[in-house]
Amino acid sequence: MKSLVFLEHYHGALEKGGLGVLSKAASLGEATGVVLGEDAASVAAGAGAFGASKVYVCDAPELASPLPQPRVDALATLVEQTGAVAVLFGASVLSADVASGLAARLDAGLNWDLTDLSLADGELVGKRPALGDTVLVDVGWKSGPKLALIRAGTFDPAESGGTAEVESFETTFSDFSTLATLVEQTQEESSGPSIEDADIIVAGGRGLGAPEGFTILEELAAALGGAVGATRAVVDAGWYPYSTQVGQTGKSVSPRLYIACGISGAIQHKVGMQGSGTIVAINKDPNAPIFDFCDIGVVGDLHQIVPKLTELVRSRG
Amino acid sequence: MKIAVCVKQVPDATVHKRIDPATKRLDRSGEAALNPTDLNAVEEALRIKEAQGGEVVLMSLGPEKAVDSLRKALAMGADRAVLVSDEAAAGSDLLGTARALAGALERESADLVLFGQASGDGDGAVLWAAVADRLRRPVVSQVAALTVEAGSVTGKRQTEHGYDVISAPLPAVVAVSDAINEPRYPSLKGIMSAKTKPQETLSLGDVGVDAGAAGEAGAKTTVLDLGAPPARGDQVKIEDDGSAAQRILDLVVERKLL
Repeated sequence: MKSLVFLEHYHGALEKGGLGVLSKAASLGEATGVVLGEDAASVAAGAGAFGASKVYVCDAPELASPLPQPRVDALATLVEQTGAVAVLFGASVLSADVASGLAARLDAGLNWDLTDLSLADGELVGKRPALGDTVLVDVGWKSGPKLALIRAGTFDPAESGGTAEVESFETTFSDFSTLATLVEQTQEESSGPSIEDADIIVAGGRGLGAPEGFTILEELAAALGGAVGATRAVVDAGWYPYSTQVGQTGKSVSPRLYIACGISGAIQHKVGMQGSGTIVAINKDPNAPIFDFCDIGVVGDLHQIVPKLTELVRSRG
Repeated sequence: MKIAVCVKQVPDATVHKRIDPATKRLDRSGEAALNPTDLNAVEEALRIKEAQGGEVVLMSLGPEKAVDSLRKALAMGADRAVLVSDEAAAGSDLLGTARALAGALERESADLVLFGQASGDGDGAVLWAAVADRLRRPVVSQVAALTVEAGSVTGKRQTEHGYDVISAPLPAVVAVSDAINEPRYPSLKGIMSAKTKPQETLSLGDVGVDAGAAGEAGAKTTVLDLGAPPARGDQVKIEDDGSAAQRILDLVVERKLL
């Protein structure tokens, strides 16, 4: 199966989400990548190490800002030129809009929120958890090009040590695609350890009661050698920086251990952390949705339990 | 300012959702409600109308009984509702849904088309971009704060890395995040007046979509099989009796996570 993987880049590096999907695609057949926007050519070759045989690049000024519609134009051109059978995306705020717009443009089927890809008799099959992950649905495509949006954090990038040929292409832009413009961009950088790379995350939500509640989470995270995450609700309330936000908006994380403290588990948050290895939830509300998707759920007062856990971890030396 | 808000009826949160093994579609026979995050889009539309005047029109695709759910948004203050309902639309995938909604929206020529964040049944947060492409209009999604000025919208879009402020000329499509506002509750007066507000039901033909281009026939994706998800292992839920911290540590140590 010949696939094309949409690769996003940020601050001069290819994003892990796309590279993970690329690694998976390479395990299923010939995989190529596409990088769009400023500096595309300089980062593109790096995709070779993750299984791309070729990376297509387009660096038009219309692609400088992280906006979806000009990317739909570019991908539609490329799919036509290359005859890609499958176009694969790792889910992000930007890529979801690109995938959906491309589906409409090409009149192509899009399956989203996939947690696996495989081949059955040479045909692409996706796995899609549904109904709050209580059902696992096998989904397919009636015809090509087959568009797939993979749940964030599903596949880890795997280095294969290959090299990729970089080929640039040109596209034309639809009149409506360039109407939206980026006016301002605010990037919030974190001071503590990055939650994206952490093996262990201690995360807090409204149940902390006040911004000061994060102090006990920071202590636990330090004892465990992990990072601190936060829900959108508390980030919106100004309790903790945006760079630590886990969820549909914010970061998608898949640490080996996720300790959710005072987090109800709204879908917004769940989307960003459900790929975690082991999930521990502490919440005083026994009906909190998070208890449906954790490994160990504790109904109780986090202000009692978290400091005690920190002490226990420290005393192990 | 004419604002169209795309809303969807979904099974009520309290209903045990199931997929019908015969059709492999979501069983929509039980209690239904308006998709909760669509209420944020309705609320935002009402606020714009209250500030600038205009009309708020609800747009939906779904079974006939979806009018019940639309009435709730009418009670919040929307002016009228348009429902595209057609047997041939059942089983539509993204393409069929986008085509039908875009067809209905084209009839309205709204200045602003609003969507909520995600649908509570399909978990998909992708529809607006497909609709915008069909309408050939600019799209801004994941908007946590929206400003509407003469002839343009500016949205503060939340991304993985921070905020992007994006501006687009009207007519435009905007998908709001559920962080944008707190939806109001309908007043008693609103509930009473909703009963007499105009509701229009259209067929696929009315919105210019061939029956073969929507529903199961027009779908380019297919459900092959249904299965149980891999178990998360043994789920444990305990009440803290003072030993919870130790129980957590035991599990973490047992799984070699430290």
